[in-house]
Amino acid sequence: MGLFSYIVKRILFSIPVIIIISIVCFGIIQLPPGDYADAYAAVAASTGGGSVSKEYIEQIRERYGLDQPFWIQYWRWVKGFPEGDFGIAMSLQGTPVTDILKERLPMTLFLNFSALIFALLIALPIGVYSATHQYSILDYILTFIAFIGIAIPGFILAVFIITISIFWFDSTYIGRLYSNEFIGEVWNMDKIIDFLKHLPVPIIAIGIAQTSNTMRIMRGNMLDVLKQPFIQTARAKGLSEASVNWKHAARIAINPIISRIGVYLPEIIATEMLVSIVLNLNTIGPLFYDSLIAQDMYLAGTILLVISIILVLGNLIADITLALTDPRIRYELT
Amino acid sequence: MWRKFLKHRVAVISSVILIFLYTVVIFANFFAPYGMLTSYKFHTYAPPQITKINFFDKEGNFHIRPFIYRQVAARDPKTLRFVYEDDLKQKDFIYFFVRGEPYTMLGFINSDIHFFGVKEGSLFLLGTDIIGRDLLSRIIFGGRVSLSIGLIGVIILLIIGTIIGTISGYYGGWIDNFIQRIIEIIRTIPQVALWMALASIIPKEWPSIYVYLGIVIIFGLIGWAGLAREVRGKVLAIRRSDFIYAAEVSGASASRIIAKHIIPNVLSHIIVIATLSIPIMIIGEAALSFLGLGIKPPMTSWGLLLNQLREVQTLKHFPWLISPALFLVVSVLCYNFVGDALRDVNDPHSR
Repeated sequence: MGLFSYIVKRILFSIPVIIIISIVCFGIIQLPPGDYADAYAAVAASTGGGSVSKEYIEQIRERYGLDQPFWIQYWRWVKGFPEGDFGIAMSLQGTPVTDILKERLPMTLFLNFSALIFALLIALPIGVYSATHQYSILDYILTFIAFIGIAIPGFILAVFIITISIFWFDSTYIGRLYSNEFIGEVWNMDKIIDFLKHLPVPIIAIGIAQTSNTMRIMRGNMLDVLKQPFIQTARAKGLSEASVNWKHAARIAINPIISRIGVYLPEIIATEMLVSIVLNLNTIGPLFYDSLIAQDMYLAGTILLVISIILVLGNLIADITLALTDPRIRYELT
Repeated sequence: MWRKFLKHRVAVISSVILIFLYTVVIFANFFAPYGMLTSYKFHTYAPPQITKINFFDKEGNFHIRPFIYRQVAARDPKTLRFVYEDDLKQKDFIYFFVRGEPYTMLGFINSDIHFFGVKEGSLFLLGTDIIGRDLLSRIIFGGRVSLSIGLIGVIILLIIGTIIGTISGYYGGWIDNFIQRIIEIIRTIPQVALWMALASIIPKEWPSIYVYLGIVIIFGLIGWAGLAREVRGKVLAIRRSDFIYAAEVSGASASRIIAKHIIPNVLSHIIVIATLSIPIMIIGEAALSFLGLGIKPPMTSWGLLLNQLREVQTLKHFPWLISPALFLVVSVLCYNFVGDALRDVNDPHSR
């Protein structure tokens, strides 16, 4: 089976999965007793807006079809999908969910992607170094750090990173992704510089949790590969040690890491959500949190669906990349 | 097996630490110097005194009993915030088994003896929070929630995971297929998002104890997928062995085979996975409570104590509020080491 038909089949196979996930997501979001109208009334009462009249609550309920049975509400949500319509965010004055996602999703993907790259850039060279200098003092130290790093949960590590950075860096650049005066402005040079100054802390906080694990795996892979005959051949040809390690060994040893991207993604997405909520970044993490609190089902459900789809796609991309980089992989569906 | 476990020195140390933590937490009223909710309004955001424990006073005299200089509060004339100084005239000696706040422990022990404390003045080893509650005491009481949620959650997870995993592996066919698809779907949705979504179901007006139980149930209901999958794999392997055929031929019923022959064989494997699931739940609770979706006051947990740091600037002014995180890290580390050692003991080839 060729690569192309493999990709097409994989995409086709993921469609029913996504449909079921959408039902599950919507079901979970719908589970809480009460609906958006109730949550709205509660918020209005608690913020001192006084109690909202019964008629108004009923109006909201009718406008958004909250009194309809589950399947009808679900259908109202799903039928717009092909046109890119994901319903409206009731808690944000009825802005279409699509518009909100368009604003937030690119930043979310950018952060997640940068964090992944950051983790790989740190972990891979260290892993290779550890393997080529096996049992050296530095290898022991790195192994020790990695063990601790694996055991410390990502979100705590993120809190530690934020703590350290508050004391070491200029704390005006911690929290949010750009300073107040740039909110709502178009991207110009000043805003980009300001943005870049805000960037390191979230990226390190999100990515750091994945480094120790990757580093250990890379070390193990490298050690396996270095024992192979073709490495001996390369050495026998008189290639420099750097060329043997990096050009011949590391390129093979990296393959299992690529197939593990499917494992990294959920963790990175989870840490990203927590970090974004703490640092108040304008990604989908805080949005999801707010929409859950407000019981805004279309918004929360769509976000849950979107991150699940990102995971499904991430796995797909990881498999395709692996198939491209490792010619030994056969395109079979299991 | 026991002897093999003892060879893993780190794991043995970890289990000792865990036993210590659980003991302190169970007898929290005794070990905590103050009550969980007792607040001292003239000691809001008091800095930790753990570094100020002395044996030598400022004249250079040695005291066999450690002491601290009394912490006195004054108001900063500009910010009106409390600033704390040590009153070098007042030495408060630290005693063990000191009388303090009366309490009822575990519902039947009435006492006022605390493990340590000062007779006069105050002792805030890890500082205090916004309304002047002793952070160390709150960490000890919060540990009850943080450390127990993993244990109770894991029992639910074990029951569901083992039953479903065994059924899936033993019967095979469409049942197996169906269960495997469900597991795949549960695992496709990011765990933290799922936790958040389910935690938001818990009504806000519920009392703390119901919220606690709700969270435990959520962890149990989501976490079983991984265990079920592993159990299924093991059961599939055992299912084809001769002694199962022998049992079938001699007319044993399916339930007897599962209970008497299969479960005992996968039990050690289940225990390992269970041990490694506990830290995941501890972290899960911490993450949820940290976000304000988990445990709610008056109960507290390590995650909820960290919730004070949601405002980044708080941390800059009152860095000691991070200390609950250290307890989280230590307990999670210990569970992971113990779990890894158990896995090595069970199955030395798995690494």
